[in-house]
Amino acid sequence: MTGIANLRELFTRNLRQSGIYIAFVLIVVLFSVLTDGLLLSSRNMTSLVLQFSYILILAIGMVIIIIGGHIDLSVGSVVALTGAVAAVIVIRGGMPWWVGVIAAIGTGLLVGAWQGFWVAYVGIPAFIVTLAGMLLFRGLTLEVLNNVSLSPFPAEYTSIASGFLNGLLGGYGYDTFTLVIFAIGVLGFAYNSWRTRRARIAYKQTVEAPVLFVLKLVVVAAVVMWFAWNLATYRGLPAVLIILAVLVMVYTLVTKHSVFGRHVYAIGGNLAAAQLSGVRVRRVNFWMFVNMGFLASIAGIVFSARSSAAQPAAGNMFELDAIAACFIGGAAVTGGIGTVTGAMVGGLIMAVMSNGMQLMGVDQSTQQVVKGIVLLLAVAFDVWNKKRAVAAR
Amino acid sequence: MADSAPTDILEMRGITKTFPGVKALQDVNLTVRRGEIHGICGENGAGKSTLMKVLSGVYPFGTYEGDIVLDGETAQFGNINDSEARGVVIIHQELALVPYLSIAENIFLGNERRRAGGGIDWNKTNAEAAVLLERVGLSESPTTLISAIGVGKQQLVEIAKAISKNVSLLILDEPTAALNDNDSEHLLDLLRQFKQQGITSIMISHKLAEIAEIADRTTIIRDGQSIETFEMADAGASSEAIQNRIIRGMVGRDLDNRYPDRDSRPGEEVLRVEDWTVYHPTQPGRVVVDSANLNVRAGEVVGIAGLMGAGRTELAMSLFGRSYGRDISGTAYVHGKQVDVHNVPDAIKAGIAYVSEDRKQYGLNLIEDIRRNISAAGLGKLSRNGFVDENEELKVAGEYRESMNIRTPNVLMEVGKLSGGNQQKVVLSKWLYTAPEVLILDEPTRGIDVGAKYEIYTIINELVAAGKAVLVISSELPELLGICDRIYTLAFGRITGEVDVASATQEGLMALMTQENTQETKV
Repeated sequence: MTGIANLRELFTRNLRQSGIYIAFVLIVVLFSVLTDGLLLSSRNMTSLVLQFSYILILAIGMVIIIIGGHIDLSVGSVVALTGAVAAVIVIRGGMPWWVGVIAAIGTGLLVGAWQGFWVAYVGIPAFIVTLAGMLLFRGLTLEVLNNVSLSPFPAEYTSIASGFLNGLLGGYGYDTFTLVIFAIGVLGFAYNSWRTRRARIAYKQTVEAPVLFVLKLVVVAAVVMWFAWNLATYRGLPAVLIILAVLVMVYTLVTKHSVFGRHVYAIGGNLAAAQLSGVRVRRVNFWMFVNMGFLASIAGIVFSARSSAAQPAAGNMFELDAIAACFIGGAAVTGGIGTVTGAMVGGLIMAVMSNGMQLMGVDQSTQQVVKGIVLLLAVAFDVWNKKRAVAAR
Repeated sequence: MADSAPTDILEMRGITKTFPGVKALQDVNLTVRRGEIHGICGENGAGKSTLMKVLSGVYPFGTYEGDIVLDGETAQFGNINDSEARGVVIIHQELALVPYLSIAENIFLGNERRRAGGGIDWNKTNAEAAVLLERVGLSESPTTLISAIGVGKQQLVEIAKAISKNVSLLILDEPTAALNDNDSEHLLDLLRQFKQQGITSIMISHKLAEIAEIADRTTIIRDGQSIETFEMADAGASSEAIQNRIIRGMVGRDLDNRYPDRDSRPGEEVLRVEDWTVYHPTQPGRVVVDSANLNVRAGEVVGIAGLMGAGRTELAMSLFGRSYGRDISGTAYVHGKQVDVHNVPDAIKAGIAYVSEDRKQYGLNLIEDIRRNISAAGLGKLSRNGFVDENEELKVAGEYRESMNIRTPNVLMEVGKLSGGNQQKVVLSKWLYTAPEVLILDEPTRGIDVGAKYEIYTIINELVAAGKAVLVISSELPELLGICDRIYTLAFGRITGEVDVASATQEGLMALMTQENTQETKV
């Protein structure tokens, strides 16, 4: 049964997944042409990472919520609230930066537990609970901040988002440390892919042809190292990127391989069947929301650190960007389907489009229109793809 | 046309329907005479439903090859409205009613009775609905909500809806699959009345006894081809003989014994339930299961016979981690030790497994693959520190695919795309992997074809041979008589009898199943 999947099969077998990568590449190419290469300049790529990191962090939690068959409309307000709590403690209270971070995370966890309680144990639809939360936590933010912005944060706090790790191994016009870190990442990825491939062969599963496998690794390595080179020749490794990379790795592992992750997919796929298979549905739903609160607090810290301020209107509409990222990334509206990597690529598509249009000087109104249409088309593609699958039966 | 109407109301000639990669129908011919009841039989996936979808315009003209001749004229339906305009109405297996609309609103949905201004004429709607309900023998007010009536009555509403469209050819896809015996009987009577009124019916059913009873002629579909059409009168003298004739056509061979033989050697008691009482979850004070006592021994298959609504599923689900309602009293013992089964994980730990009645709704994650459905209840065994050993998982799933004879190229196929029989084997695999002591099987062969049924029975036999205890709930009495050692009868929430299968008859069981009085009798 050790069949060799050919190139065409590789793409067609899972159009839902591969389609998103192709779309991403096309959008990157389109905007680098439209911006005369400005999009892919070292400086712009660095700022792109900094500017959209908090949406990506939110999208990680959001995709888990969506796979579980729920939605969270409150994350924008939670971003504002956690940032405000940190600001009050650090700026107004004069406490050390890490006290602010811990308090913000604590607030996020409490918020998550609150919403998880109503969704999981009282049984109120997440749409309602988080719609209420959206108002509730925005109101609390205003309360905490007394309706005024607080700034600036001390340098230690702002370096969480705007800091760079560089010069640790010396600079030669480029930052060696950045390159080394990325090289380790690429090697790790290659080793892991090779191990997975070997295991799959051992268990008689289909794998792609050896040539394709190597080609895939080379392409990934080339793209990643080129990206690393751009960072290295600008300001080095952004601290935010490390946070994001760690979160993506951890949550990919959790969603794909942990029992908790499986239970989330099972609940979203068929709630009744999950319950009758011994999944503790309420507990899983509860922790999904606690986790979302946690990630929203991380996003809140990163956002407040980046703007060095806590504003009453911070995080407005973030929930919509995060939700859009998930759906563009192939998550199903009905639950049960979605991946963290998909949501990340979906988020990057949104990021590249916004950033590209900003570089081109397209005004805000047009940007909104374009983003709206892309979201609609992404879900339409998903629906079409499903119909195609049904018709093929 | 009327005076020279041809004797054949419908002729489908050389119908071929291809889906990407699959030939669902190949050169199928079907001739239906005016005024007859025409049965269509075939295994699951044979192409019966596809053929009916071609006929009713769900698959529009041009997406298939071949001709449809209706009343002597070639028909080219672009959609369901076209076919309904010609008096061809299909009632699908899954009922298509809106639960929060009234009976009358459902009957005239999409076909509303209007006043001159365009608004709905409610008097006319309800009055006409009342006439239609009378015709189908349903004594409910037209303003009753669909959600307030049972599935048997809902089926009648569907039929009322069909005749409101001046139907001349009525197609019923598995009309009695979800009905109890009384409701089924009523429906068959109704079809006979329609026949006298000149309405032609096509009926697809897995219940061969019904086909034998009601059909004038039957067409067999096998592997996308029409195999044969025969007069029921010529097929055999008894219902039994006719059924065997149909089965022979469906499987292409004789299936002498529908139930595999088994040596019955019951061992020690595995499950004992004492004074088990279950209250309705939303209607306080209503007793659904009333102080039931039962036991199952190792190596024994015990049946529970009861009409729909007798509390069969409620009994099973309440035993399985209190999945039904909250107000439950009584004690359960596994291997003589009292078990505290307050939730499903506890019940699984105690060695109880429950294969639900509706596998699509309660048994499977249809958008997930075979592998992950099989591991869903036993992830604890496959994981360490909260992470799943996926290689082991794949191996386990592969082993079950082999041993249960799940007919797919690999275990990475989406479960929603499998046939009913294969789906049921996936559900069984899931529960066998939890290594249960007691298996509760709720309608284990509903909606699956004869061949796959035999395989499921064989699996049950293997389980009891390995010393497991099996409790089977079924509404098909021949099935219970064919596979069980003992049968409990359940009527109105009470266990009314315990019958050894050697001395049991269908009539005897039915008498106990309908017994309203509360005295337990031992036969």
